[in-house]
Amino acid sequence: MAEEPADDARRAALRDRGRRWATTAGSILLALLVGAVLMIVSDPDVISQYAYLFTAPQLALGASWTKVAGAYSALLAGAVGSPAALAATAWQAAPLIAAGLGVGIAFRAGLFNIGAQGQAIWGSIAAAYVGFAWSLPPVVHLLVAVVAGVLFGAVWGGIVGLIKAKTGAHEVIVTIMMNFIAASSLAWLLLTPAFLRPGRIDPLAPPIQPSAAFPVIYGQLHVGFLVALVAAAIVWWLMERSTIGFAIRAVGSNASAAATAGMNVAGTTMVTMAISGALAGLAGVMYALGPGANAVATPLSLGLVGSVGFDALTVALLGRSRPVGTVLAGLLFGGLHSGGLAMQSLAQTPLTLSTVLQALIVLFVAAPAIVSALIPKVRAPRRPALVGGEA
Amino acid sequence: MTTTHPTTLDVPLELDRTESAAARRARLSTGALMLVLGALMAWLGFGTSGDASYALSDAFAAVQLPTVALPGLPVVLVCALLTLLAGAGFVSGRLWGRAKASAATIAAAAIVLGFVTWAAAGRPFSFPVQNQLAGTIALATPLVLGALCGVLCENAGVVNVAIEGQFLTAAFTAATVGSVTRSITAALVAGVIAGVLMGAMLALFSIKYLVDQVVLGVVLNLFASGLTGFVFDQLVQPNSTELNRVPPISRLEIPLLSDIPLIGPVLFNQTILVYLAFVSVPVVWFLLYRTRWGLRVRSVGEHPEAADTVGINVRAVRWQAVLAGGVFAGLGGSFFTIGSSVSFIKDITVGNGFIALAALIMGRWHPVRAALMAVFFGFVTQLASQLQTLQTPMPSQFLLMLPYLATIIAVAGLIGRSRAPKADGVPYTG
Amino acid sequence: MNHTSGGLQLAGITKRFGSFTAVDSVDLEVRPGEIHCLLGENGAGKSTLMNVLYGLLKPDEGQIVIDGSPQNFTNPRQAMAAGIGMVHQHFMLVDPFTVAENLMLGREGGFVLAKDAARQRVRELGERYTMPVDPDAVIEDLPVGVQQRVEILKALANDAQYLVFDEPTAVLTPQEIDDLMAVMDRLRSEGRAIVFITHKLREVRAVADRITVMRRGRIVGQAAPTASEAELAEMMVGRAIDLRVAKEAAAPGEPRLVVTGLKVANTAGGIVVDGVDFDVRAGETLCIAGVQGNGQSELVDALLGNVTPLEGTVTLDGTDITRATPRQTIDAGMGFVPEDREADGFVAPFTIAENLVLNRSNQAPFAHGLALDLAEIDRNAVALREEFDIRAQSVHDPISSLSGGNKQKVVLARELSRPLSVLIASQPTRGVDVGAIEFLHRRIVSERDKGTAVLLVSTELDEVEALADRVLVMYRGRVVGIVSPDTPREVLGLMMAGVPLEDAQGAPRPGKEENHG
Repeated sequence: MAEEPADDARRAALRDRGRRWATTAGSILLALLVGAVLMIVSDPDVISQYAYLFTAPQLALGASWTKVAGAYSALLAGAVGSPAALAATAWQAAPLIAAGLGVGIAFRAGLFNIGAQGQAIWGSIAAAYVGFAWSLPPVVHLLVAVVAGVLFGAVWGGIVGLIKAKTGAHEVIVTIMMNFIAASSLAWLLLTPAFLRPGRIDPLAPPIQPSAAFPVIYGQLHVGFLVALVAAAIVWWLMERSTIGFAIRAVGSNASAAATAGMNVAGTTMVTMAISGALAGLAGVMYALGPGANAVATPLSLGLVGSVGFDALTVALLGRSRPVGTVLAGLLFGGLHSGGLAMQSLAQTPLTLSTVLQALIVLFVAAPAIVSALIPKVRAPRRPALVGGEA
Repeated sequence: MTTTHPTTLDVPLELDRTESAAARRARLSTGALMLVLGALMAWLGFGTSGDASYALSDAFAAVQLPTVALPGLPVVLVCALLTLLAGAGFVSGRLWGRAKASAATIAAAAIVLGFVTWAAAGRPFSFPVQNQLAGTIALATPLVLGALCGVLCENAGVVNVAIEGQFLTAAFTAATVGSVTRSITAALVAGVIAGVLMGAMLALFSIKYLVDQVVLGVVLNLFASGLTGFVFDQLVQPNSTELNRVPPISRLEIPLLSDIPLIGPVLFNQTILVYLAFVSVPVVWFLLYRTRWGLRVRSVGEHPEAADTVGINVRAVRWQAVLAGGVFAGLGGSFFTIGSSVSFIKDITVGNGFIALAALIMGRWHPVRAALMAVFFGFVTQLASQLQTLQTPMPSQFLLMLPYLATIIAVAGLIGRSRAPKADGVPYTG
Repeated sequence: MNHTSGGLQLAGITKRFGSFTAVDSVDLEVRPGEIHCLLGENGAGKSTLMNVLYGLLKPDEGQIVIDGSPQNFTNPRQAMAAGIGMVHQHFMLVDPFTVAENLMLGREGGFVLAKDAARQRVRELGERYTMPVDPDAVIEDLPVGVQQRVEILKALANDAQYLVFDEPTAVLTPQEIDDLMAVMDRLRSEGRAIVFITHKLREVRAVADRITVMRRGRIVGQAAPTASEAELAEMMVGRAIDLRVAKEAAAPGEPRLVVTGLKVANTAGGIVVDGVDFDVRAGETLCIAGVQGNGQSELVDALLGNVTPLEGTVTLDGTDITRATPRQTIDAGMGFVPEDREADGFVAPFTIAENLVLNRSNQAPFAHGLALDLAEIDRNAVALREEFDIRAQSVHDPISSLSGGNKQKVVLARELSRPLSVLIASQPTRGVDVGAIEFLHRRIVSERDKGTAVLLVSTELDEVEALADRVLVMYRGRVVGIVSPDTPREVLGLMMAGVPLEDAQGAPRPGKEENHG
């Protein structure tokens, strides 16, 4: 019997897709606008010009324009303005993509992995330790370090899955607490002899050996970025074409029906959280083994992974938990970060503006009704829900 | 259930009962935890030598209390024995009702006393009891206020993971306004407004736009961190002498009460924020359980459709609860700067909002229990830093992990039932 | 419409949801002192109409007139003020609140709660309507019958003159239904008007003064309570239907599913299945009859392996499956149609094709190793769509786009598409339109005739009579008796209330019809 796909349904789906893109673009625009206002009102030099708004409006508007245009053009240049900038963006994007994929997989199983932060911390600890403490042949060293980081992330995530599966504890609370435990563990480890630099007592681990670092491709672009892309491809296959993905999606959408159909919900939960943790651990590995601007990887320290776990959540949300979307969202936010650094040094506008923009973009995307109210041409998609198995 | 009406037929369906799987797991795991801790303590206890001295008052107290010296070995061993007995009672399943509760209380006290004694025994310094209490109060104050914010939001059915963000914006706003106006009152009002505004964002996106509340909370925290960080970097830091010089907050001594030895200076010679925090607990309790508004708040958190069918505006009540919660979060956030006379630095609240959330859950969404949990977390954190100065063999990071571990154990149902309001986190679309 | 008379009039009410018209220009009149039955299948628009009346939904067209004055409700508070009360199908009671708190919610009086006054009010109301309840009892501790009493008192506390009872009998025992009918009778004699929403023909004929039948959002006619069940059913469905299912007498073979001494606890530790023994033979249908909540769901969960029994054994074709997981019971040849289709039967956002392989997604031929065979999954779906007459445009549409009957066909198709030893079907036709019911019943009977042992759980006696070869009656987790499907309804009813067979046969026949002429 010939399949006749419902034309209406297909058209509606296409229209929805268009609206989602429009909403995302609108959200970015609105976030930039809010960011501009924030820049203006918080800059005393600019705001002082507003005293003359009615007598000499060109002063106020000119100063505002200079400020905003300067900052945003530095942001743009720092993100995509040159091959070096693109490489820096890729450096920032790699861990965001990896962790974003992890958070996204959990979302599709109906789980909130707020614990990517802790999993990334453990990933960075393990990878860095193997990187500086062990001596292995070049390629092997890198592989072992990566596997160690991924494994530790998987274990830290898997523990959450285990607790959730065995006791029904809500993973949000457990992962938040696990983040703190991971951070405290790192703080403690950095003061133990195994992690101290000889003769030093400050919490900064020795640098990793060059044999354990990701090879550099160009500028800050290193092999880790390719690893992130490969991870995205694997995640796509896993979710769309494999029995594991089928089970993860089924459990995420309706755990009770999945159980009734003979699927092992507890096992799927554990596997999902372990995979999710592994990907977050991979993000930690990127920070530990990825050569930075000076072609050397940053040694393990308290803030090495930054806020990658929480950034990953925004990446997964913006990417709608789909691998391609996650890669694009990771690149966008990676660009915001690398551009933010340029903005800070070139336009004297603090890097933290990137965080504000990132949060605002996700807020607007999550509430498309606001975007369509403010930008009349943009219509909200039918199903704006960002989270949940098949949303 | 007591039936006041002898004629009623409404006897609940009496089923034969077996211990539910959850209750059994809770009982066994609590008992096992006690046995492990008791055994650990006994093992540590045999290595204890010398006395543990407890200094009951600090050097400046008007009434000097003696320093009490407890013999390390026997005290630790007795504590270990009590803990082991309680654990055995739990595991055997012979304890019921009141006996079970008393055993748990005794075990908890024995665990604290035993470990502190072990840590302090044979050390050159005495354990400063008053410091411990004062530090507990200071650390618990924002936690209590934050937990109360969570109690109000979550009883109305709005999950609040954004307490941290509320804290941060309030801390920043209070510090800046306080520095400019030199007025504590103005600073606190500004802090409260900031907390309420963040609450308004939570309400707007969760109640009106139905954004998933957990995700929203995380994003709002990020937003708060970015916003305060940006304005701080751009505006405050370059002008810190005008914008970040927090006025000192004075202590209000309550006559007579503050003269009580040991607890007087700790409890009754405090800043206004501390008094506010502890008065807020009964106030919130009264609001929730004794007023029309509270009944409605709890009904929209449990069964919003039922509230709707009796004419209650579900969304309005949720808005009110979230905004009211913002008041407490604002006060709690102000404590980090204005309340402690400390200048703002980026991310000054270092995760306290999440500990407040933990206290809320450990306290099972009840204002008094949540406040007690907040005090407990304050106590543990203070203990960690005290033990660090005593140079005990235990790394203080492990003690600092305790609140987080305790919370995981609690939500895993290992020490008892933990039940959120039924509609907590569920947007109302009706 | 005559606006001067007393009573309640709905005139030309229309309610649309998107392109779907749930209620289509409905006129309805309810007079004081009558019980007006609103009869219709699930999804006919009865509840939507009543939600409009109660101010929960705003009508797109039409008007509500009460005692001659037009009303324009925007929220339930206004409807309540106008004298309308509603007893909801899903009780609108806050579980952890006490009875008194539930009754005062929304009309608390002052800012500070006056709890004593509220308790007093509960007692007064209870005495006045002879429906006593303990004001301090917490709702979640009360049996459903008493919870419903609280729900009724809530409406009466407002002195509602127009009471809507939305499917009130679904969760009640036969005795509780009798009690409810008596309460409704008393309220009618006080001059109140009652709208009684139901799809159960028997109850309609027992209490109604007038009957209005709805179908697909429209009023399709009025009927007198003297109308026969067949007439009412025909109005309700729109065509003549045969409530009987054509089937041959069973030819039972060897016992395939054998259950002995089964004991199951619910999550709270209550023993809800208490020493149950029975067997189901090849080629026969054993029906488990009983009022909802007497342990049937937990029994079925234990058979499937979702819950581990405390005691007892279950064997399937001689193999012990007492402690098997659902995966193992499914692989051992157990087919399962769950009671709550939406919750347990399928994954709503998944496509029809995916749902058709839900319990075999990791097995050949649908998977090879870790990889899914999408082509095979499609082929399977297209074939089953044909065989089971699943009305869908494409097997790639999400199952959530189907009607209730077609969703159930997907579930049944999935279960019957593999060789079964036993088929367990729980409430297989709940919320399904009559056309699909006939189809589903036919498929179940033909599965029985193939030699499969069929275990059917149903609270609807009509369905039990139509399909059963033997009837097992459950009450409070115990087997009251196993009887023939020819057993008189009154006897079955008494057994469902826990009266053993011998006593039930000896008891005087209660004749409800005689009470309400």
